[in-house]
Amino acid sequence: MEFVPAPAIHRVLCADCGDPIVPNSANLCVNCLRNTIDITEGIPKQASVSYCRNCERFLAPPAQWTIARPESQELLAICLKKLKGLNRVRLTDAHFIWTEPHSKRLRVSLTIQKEVLTSTILEQVFEIEYLVQHGQCSDCAKLAAKNTWKALVQVRQKVPHKRTFLYLEQLILKHGAQKDTISLKEVKDGLDFFYSQRSHAIKILEFLSGVVPIRSKTSERLLSTDTHSNTANFKFTYSVEIVPICKDDLVCLPLKLARQLGNIDPLTSLASISDLVEFIVLDIEPSGRTHGKWVMADAQVALSGAFRSTGTYEDDRMMDYETAASTNQIFHTRTHLGGILQPGDAVMGYYLSNTNFNSDDFASLPQDRIPDVILVRKAYPNRRKKNKARGWRLRSIAKEEGEEGETSSGRGAVGRMGGRDQKKVEEDYELFLRDLEEDPEMRSAVNLYKADDAKPGKAGPRNGDVNARKKIQYAMDVDEEPIPIPAPAPEVDEEEDEADFPEVKLEELLENFDDMTLGEEDAHEE
Amino acid sequence: MATRLQFENSNDVGVFSKLTNSYCLVAIQGSTNFYSTFEAELHDVIPIVHTSIGGTRIVGRLTAGNRHGLLVPSSTTDQELQHIRNALPDSVALQRVEERLSALGNVIASNDHVALVHPDIDRETEEIIADVLKVEVFRQTIADNVLVGSYCAITNQGGLVHPKTSVQDQDELSSLLQVPLVAGTVNRGSDVLGAGLVVNDWCAFTGLDTTATEISVIEATFKLQGQNSSAVVGEMRDALIDSWA
Repeated sequence: MEFVPAPAIHRVLCADCGDPIVPNSANLCVNCLRNTIDITEGIPKQASVSYCRNCERFLAPPAQWTIARPESQELLAICLKKLKGLNRVRLTDAHFIWTEPHSKRLRVSLTIQKEVLTSTILEQVFEIEYLVQHGQCSDCAKLAAKNTWKALVQVRQKVPHKRTFLYLEQLILKHGAQKDTISLKEVKDGLDFFYSQRSHAIKILEFLSGVVPIRSKTSERLLSTDTHSNTANFKFTYSVEIVPICKDDLVCLPLKLARQLGNIDPLTSLASISDLVEFIVLDIEPSGRTHGKWVMADAQVALSGAFRSTGTYEDDRMMDYETAASTNQIFHTRTHLGGILQPGDAVMGYYLSNTNFNSDDFASLPQDRIPDVILVRKAYPNRRKKNKARGWRLRSIAKEEGEEGETSSGRGAVGRMGGRDQKKVEEDYELFLRDLEEDPEMRSAVNLYKADDAKPGKAGPRNGDVNARKKIQYAMDVDEEPIPIPAPAPEVDEEEDEADFPEVKLEELLENFDDMTLGEEDAHEE
Repeated sequence: MATRLQFENSNDVGVFSKLTNSYCLVAIQGSTNFYSTFEAELHDVIPIVHTSIGGTRIVGRLTAGNRHGLLVPSSTTDQELQHIRNALPDSVALQRVEERLSALGNVIASNDHVALVHPDIDRETEEIIADVLKVEVFRQTIADNVLVGSYCAITNQGGLVHPKTSVQDQDELSSLLQVPLVAGTVNRGSDVLGAGLVVNDWCAFTGLDTTATEISVIEATFKLQGQNSSAVVGEMRDALIDSWA
């Protein structure tokens, strides 16, 4: 046997320490290489992260504040973003080293690689200490300084009721136009919307001009100015006036103006919804002309309660009329509601012959051409008497109901803050809800939500059958003669005369009232 | 005895100088620091020639030579040739070589008996080398590098080769050269030995970056202090302890 020596291992001496090493491109051993070349050069070993102790968020450079739990991925990302020289090396690992939370320190261990000499890649593990600087984020600072808003939109409508605003609130909610509103305040005749940016205010201004006729004026107030950088800090106020005419209002056009038609600028309403009086239709006869769902008709009406034998009618307003001579009078009038009204129906109208208006235009009209009564819309008095709980509810922009603490029930933004005239506000809201119930068109423009305690069938199982039938009937044609319901239960006869009542259908309602509210709040937090 | 020096902030002293047992070439420089260092070591022993080759200062890379002769490239002017001839002893042959690979210092590595040359060198040049330098010529590579002059430094005492030269290659080259070879570095890990180091049988000059370990390897390899090769280990240990202290 011949001795075969193992192949000699080829070594050179490390140029620095003299250790025999396998030759590499630097011809230095790893330790000497580390000693002489610091690949962490240019990476700061200490850094700081900003932390808002109010909202417990970290500043993610350049200007975003994010919520990050200790030792979380997000926090690590923020920490790594703080390091300047990291783009010149390859980061292979990064993790937190536990630190006592009260120390206000974060320690991160990094493993980086870098090519030092020709094709020599060095890896190094090192630690970076972060100082957690407690401070205030801009949002919290603003909050603390009570300098929250930059732009204010003052919406006003000079009418005695709040219907427009209640409706407007629902429109705003439906379109999410309140998204950037930081605060909402009720003032006399309207609402104030506060915004943190001017563009948000302009956005809602445009939204408003899209849904209601408005007139707006802009003004700005200089807060501070810097002549060196030529910048100025303004607060903007937009004064928005909504035209003071509402649905179902009575308007008097001067003759000349009416002829010009279309140029209907100085409109002022004579009477509005609160002046409506209830009448009973005695007879109605279409006179031929139709326009959409409106049918012109000659109607005979009398005051509601006119033919009652005793004065047991509860309504205060009615009491006045009962003593009047005209109580039992039958009025002939012409109406646009020919397609809707049936003899025996209740209808709301303006009782002109019994009303005084402080209007020169109205006074100048020839007296013989003014009708005694102008019918406006169908009423559902029997429906109201039953005082049925509603199966739906509306959302509200107002969130700070707890702050002022006055109002108890969930109402709209109007009347919520402090309640100027609690009773009137409640009344207005009830009227608004009724309007919604009675007008499917109006309803379609807003979001209705299922009430928490809404019973699926709305009525008990006893007459659920009948209700379902009614819904179908309504769905087919509202203005048709009611189809007689076979074998009605004795309790429902009252409901039968309201057969064409535009019921709020379950399909119209949206689920998740509470979820939506929550989501909305979340969106606001961001 | 190894000396550390710099040529105008460059550690590649082998580029700017050529050292043999019978003469030394030094590039022309504004200051005389470089020249003075050589003079301090070699004064009155061998002639030190201040010269340029073809108008350039990279005399070490353009010329090849040993105790018997000096080869200069075709770019060398007559004036330079005359100057060198006048400065060199008569015993040293001087020859201009018409060779395509004109950086003779890079393609020829020689001691007084053997020369390693670039594998692609002209046959005529090979013959000239053999005649002028009175050596046996071998076409070789060092650690797969064809520029044998750049990647090794050899004397009659020993040789330093590229650090990545395998043990087998070292054995083969060693048997050709009939001197012991060591794989090593100069200038703190640089593998271009020919550029970082000029050496003859009794002294060596290296770049200023050369570490104590490298110096010790060089001195041991070229037997510059009468040591035998086993002393390398002891030297190395000392250096090691030195750098840790």
